[in-house]
Amino acid sequence: MSQVSRPLSPHLQVYRWQISNTLSILHRLTGVALALGGLALVAWLLALASGQAAFAGANGLLGSLFGQLALVGWTFCFFYHLCNGLRHLAWDAGRGFDKAVARKSGVVVVAAAVLLTVVFWAVALTRVVA
Amino acid sequence: MSLKSPLGRVLGLGSAGTGTEHWIGQRISAVAMVPLTLWFAVSLVTLPALDFYSVTAWVSAPLHAVLLILLVVALVYHSSLGTQVVAEDYLHAHGLRVVVLTVLRLLHVGLAVAGIFAVFLIATRAPL
Repeated sequence: MSQVSRPLSPHLQVYRWQISNTLSILHRLTGVALALGGLALVAWLLALASGQAAFAGANGLLGSLFGQLALVGWTFCFFYHLCNGLRHLAWDAGRGFDKAVARKSGVVVVAAAVLLTVVFWAVALTRVVA
Repeated sequence: MSLKSPLGRVLGLGSAGTGTEHWIGQRISAVAMVPLTLWFAVSLVTLPALDFYSVTAWVSAPLHAVLLILLVVALVYHSSLGTQVVAEDYLHAHGLRVVVLTVLRLLHVGLAVAGIFAVFLIATRAPL
C-alpha cells in the first residue's frame, strides 16, 4: 500500500498539545497510580489485622523516604482524580462542555488538587509536631 | 436489495452489549467514594496517633468498620473497571490481552476479599 503513512485516527500528529488532553491523560495516570494505592491500603489493613509487628513493619515502610514520597504522590493523585472526577460527572450531566468553561474548570481542578494536597500535609505535619 | 428490515440489518452488529453497566458502575462507585475517601482522609489526619492501638481502636468502632468496608468495596470495584479499560485500550495482542484482563479481574477480587476480611479481623479482635 502506498498510503500507509497517512494519519490514522486519533490523528495525534495534527493535534496541538493543550490543557484538555493533558488533564485527560493525567486523569488516567493518576487513576492507575491510585489503583496501586488501593493495593497499599489493603496491605496496610492486612498488616494491622496481622498484629503489632506487621503493623510496625508496614508503618516503617511508609515512613521511609520512598514511602513518604509515595504517600505525597498518592495524596496529589487522589485529590486530582477526585476533583477531575467531579468535573467528569458534571460533563456526564451535560454541564460545562463549553470550550472556555471546560478550559477554566481544568485550571481550577489542577489548582484545587495542589491546594488540597498542601493543606492535607500541612494539617498532618502540624499534628505530628504537636 | 435486501428484504431485511432496517432494525434486522443492525441488530447484533454493535458492542458486546455490556458497556452500559460498566459505565454506570464506574460512576456509582465514583459518587460513593466522594464522601468515603474524604471521610478516610480527614480521619487519618485527625486520629490522635497512628500507632497499633489507636488505629485498631478507631477501626473497631462499628460505624468506622462498615464505612471502611464500603470504601474498600467501592475502591476495588472502581479500580477493577478502570484498569480493565486501560488494558483494553493499550493491549492489542489477543493472548496477552486476555491474560492481563483475567489477572486484573482475579487480583481485584482477591483485594476486595482481603480488605473486607482484614477490617473484620481488626474489628472483632479481642479487646486490647
